Amino acid sequence: MDNIAGVNSRLTWTVNIAVLALVILWTLPTFGLLVSSFRDRDQIATSGWWTAMSASEQNVVVRAAAPDTAELIDGVYVLTGVVGAGETSHFGISSREPKAFAAGEIAERNGARITVETDGTYRIESNEPMTGSRGTRIFATITVPPVFTIDNYKRVLFSEGIGRSFLNTLTVTIPATIIPILVAAFAAYALAWMEFPGRALLVAVIVGLLVVPLQMALIPLLKLHNIVGLGKGYMGIWLAHTGFGLPLAVYLLRNYIVSLPREVIESAKVDGATDFQIFRRIVLPLSFPALASFAIFQFLWVWNDLLIATVFLGNTESQLVMTGQLRELLGSRGGDWEILASSAFVSIAVPIFVFFTLQKYLVRGLLAGSVKGG
Amino acid sequence: MEQILNAVGIMIIGVFGCVAYFLASNTILDLIWPARGPQAARNIRITNLIRPWLFMGPALALLATYLVYPVFQSIWLSFHNETGDEFVGLANWIWLANDDKFLESMANNMLWLFFVPAASTAFGLIAAALTDRIRWGNFAKSLIFMPMAISFIGASVIWKFVYEYRGSDQEQIGILNAVIVALGGEPQAWITIPFWNSFFLMIILIWIQTGFAMVILSAALRGISEETIEAAVLDGATPLQIFFRIKIPQMWGTIAVVWTTITILVLKVFDIVLAMTNGQWSSQVLANLMFDWMFRGNDYGRASTVALVIMLLVTPIMVWNIRNARKEMQ
Repeated sequence: MDNIAGVNSRLTWTVNIAVLALVILWTLPTFGLLVSSFRDRDQIATSGWWTAMSASEQNVVVRAAAPDTAELIDGVYVLTGVVGAGETSHFGISSREPKAFAAGEIAERNGARITVETDGTYRIESNEPMTGSRGTRIFATITVPPVFTIDNYKRVLFSEGIGRSFLNTLTVTIPATIIPILVAAFAAYALAWMEFPGRALLVAVIVGLLVVPLQMALIPLLKLHNIVGLGKGYMGIWLAHTGFGLPLAVYLLRNYIVSLPREVIESAKVDGATDFQIFRRIVLPLSFPALASFAIFQFLWVWNDLLIATVFLGNTESQLVMTGQLRELLGSRGGDWEILASSAFVSIAVPIFVFFTLQKYLVRGLLAGSVKGG
Repeated sequence: MEQILNAVGIMIIGVFGCVAYFLASNTILDLIWPARGPQAARNIRITNLIRPWLFMGPALALLATYLVYPVFQSIWLSFHNETGDEFVGLANWIWLANDDKFLESMANNMLWLFFVPAASTAFGLIAAALTDRIRWGNFAKSLIFMPMAISFIGASVIWKFVYEYRGSDQEQIGILNAVIVALGGEPQAWITIPFWNSFFLMIILIWIQTGFAMVILSAALRGISEETIEAAVLDGATPLQIFFRIKIPQMWGTIAVVWTTITILVLKVFDIVLAMTNGQWSSQVLANLMFDWMFRGNDYGRASTVALVIMLLVTPIMVWNIRNARKEMQ
């Protein structure tokens, strides 16, 4: 029997390591972009984010100061300057051999002595006066210490239009999350606790509507909005999100409300309360967890939506939402990872915050409404 | 800022509008047929017939306008030309059957339809089974679940960075290629390799959906009756045997729900393809093809036809869901 304990602890170890591997696999991509969003633009482009904590080696080319600006010091013409911030290990004076000399050594060129010190300063000396306005090229290998900065965020928020589209997204999300709740709650109550012919059929229809692909709805509604004069604007998208969110809202809330204790509602009816009073005084307060679940779903869905925003909102500065802006940046700034990374995180931050603070309700809602497909 | 105030204003107006509607309509109903006096019984019967429809009115109107009407309008549009003015019979459907991009999208969608639900469910099941056994399981779950909160487009940015490609003479900044190079391989531009690129796009959706599968399946795992497991332990079953022979068979219902839910999502996802490849390098899918014909092709007839194909693919699941729901109600 005594080896069972050993087997168990080995199993526990395996499970722990397996979970750790899964967690790393699942968080690494996000973490990589998060780290990158705080890195310096040049460093992102030249080294992997996993090297962010260590100093990176960069090969730089600088043009030295113009020869005719040389100063005469003690009978020698001297040019000085810096090749870059960081520790210089090697330098060179031709592109073929950029690492020809160690720092501190002296390279000769056309009678001039060129040297680069380890602190990154260069010095060119010549006994003869130097002429010309184009400085010579110096190649240097510099070890740059890790640089972390919030400049990327400042830039995307204030000059790349992300700040504005953040506001636009909020504008879309707030009404589109709150309005469906009330509309749905009344309907859910009727479907749960009122007797009328056709009730079962209506519930079935709503379950069916849960999975209708939005693609079906886009063109007809775009035409409809144009006919009734809504065109492309916030009113249209609020209505669209409300309509598209309703099946899930009614379904979730009905399932919850129907499970409330029958005695509570019937005793209220016996006491002469009307349906409206029962709804407002009893059902609505008791359904708070379900309302919260739906609100989180709808919030995440609206905030993260690209399709409906592209169809029902315009492309102008005053209407472009963050997902749309990200899509445009992917097209126009595809290689500028510092812009992409920080923009992505501005748009992810709010839903992630909501997710971690209200996860309990989200999970509860998922478990209650797992018929819906997102 | 003004815009936000507007939004909050609209929200308040909307909420108050709703409350006012419900209050007013109920009061009017009670005024017309008061629940007292000689005809109280008859009046109550009448109001009980009408009131449910007052409660459901706004919701039903919105559902009818935003989800039911479009289905029929789309069917109508699919038999008309690009602007919807002229009846063209089956022309759009015939075009569809012969269009290379459509056939490519169908083939890709079939791949997506199989691999994404299968992999998400499998990973979700593994994650659920493992995290239930360890002390920091809830924390691990949160982290695996987190991608659910990220938009498809945000996830695309995250993964595009993972797949980022640099020539083999440069240092790789995408982690996938860096690993490949470290192992002695050649870096690849992953999302441009036809056929295989679809899998690299699928990984993104699997990454997002595994958390969902895990949460649902983990609840189902906890719901399994203790007695069956104890009996199996007494009979000397190993943990793996218990998992595959005792637990999984009891979870088929939940696994089916998870699978179908992800299936529906797969059919609708277009953001990932749009952001990563926009259908180039033979990675097109139906939802993005529809978007393409709607926005770039400006052909409402063809776009509606593609949308209907998506609808047709969803229909079996819809019927299955309705059946299940009716069973539960009885």
